[in-house]
Amino acid sequence: MELVEKILEKNGFVFAFLVVGLLMYASSRLSATFTKGKIPGIAIAIFAGLVLALLGDKKGIADISFFSGMAFLGSTMLRDFTIVATALGASFGEIRKNGLAGFLSLALGIFIAFFTGGSIGYAMGFQDAISFTTIGAGACTFIVGPVTGSAIGASSELIAISIATGVIKTVMVTILTPVIAKRIGLTNPHTAMVYGGLIGTTSGVAAGLAATDPKLVPYGALTATFYTGLGCLLCPSLFYFLVRAILS
Amino acid sequence: MKIYGVAILAACYLAGQLAGELLGKWTGVNGNIGGVGFAMLMLIILADWMKKRGYLGAEPEKGILFWNAMYIPVVIAMSATQNVNLALHSGWLAVWAGIISTSSCFLLVPFISRVTRNAEANQQEQH
Repeated sequence: MELVEKILEKNGFVFAFLVVGLLMYASSRLSATFTKGKIPGIAIAIFAGLVLALLGDKKGIADISFFSGMAFLGSTMLRDFTIVATALGASFGEIRKNGLAGFLSLALGIFIAFFTGGSIGYAMGFQDAISFTTIGAGACTFIVGPVTGSAIGASSELIAISIATGVIKTVMVTILTPVIAKRIGLTNPHTAMVYGGLIGTTSGVAAGLAATDPKLVPYGALTATFYTGLGCLLCPSLFYFLVRAILS
Repeated sequence: MKIYGVAILAACYLAGQLAGELLGKWTGVNGNIGGVGFAMLMLIILADWMKKRGYLGAEPEKGILFWNAMYIPVVIAMSATQNVNLALHSGWLAVWAGIISTSSCFLLVPFISRVTRNAEANQQEQH
């Protein structure tokens, strides 16, 4: 047993392929037998991943030593590298045609997430400009939150809340996208680009679209990848000044 | 050779990262703005151009398609390594702020999609 553990720890990255492969196989069987394919196997596998993350702490299941390779397989670098690879199936014509819509939704998506998130914080007692801005930024993505918070000098408690807000958004988007995709018309590249811009959390958008229709991934991901950067640009500057002017 | 395709993908990825970092520096964010987006655009344009001239054969393309297919396993591994505990234990403020702001954006998707599509259609009619 000790020997097996040692091998798994030493070869964490390779073991991660085996773990994810088994997880996907089990999920696709579950999808076929219990839901007749109505809930996609990928959606079940992603949800199972989120549940597995509860076994660990900060880094999810990767906190358990022999699952540490999962952190590399699921790292930002590999996520972004594989997302870029999905672009091979995308049509440049579609992107050019819908580019303006994508950018309009980006601006609107950041604005709305920021002000609704901040307002909820305000309603629950966090009424100064720094709290409003940090929580609002967290409602954009779990990266925009801490980046904004540290830029404007928020407390670490506020930053933790903003990260949690962003993570809840990612989890929600991941689980809900395949469920409501048809109802919000998420069936074509145009809507996928608008969706990527409005929702913005790359992890959530990418996972949600993968479970909905993998062909739409490049379109949603393309706009979503601009969201975090734009959010980090707008939240601690323009939006912070706006909030300060309104609240004082 | 499949590795040629992977190398093209890597080149686009790195060039995109550079573009994103430069844009971040230029706007004073000190972060990466749209690095992945730029990389995707480069790959689309480059692959299209190379295919037309016959530089990108089936073999190199298979190298890119492998990473394209690895994308879902990576996303699953990513889900399993998120700080879900923090999200569940951080109190109601984060839960409500997350749920309400996400739902409002979800609700806007069909609306914005329709508006922008109509605007594009009008523009094409005028041409």
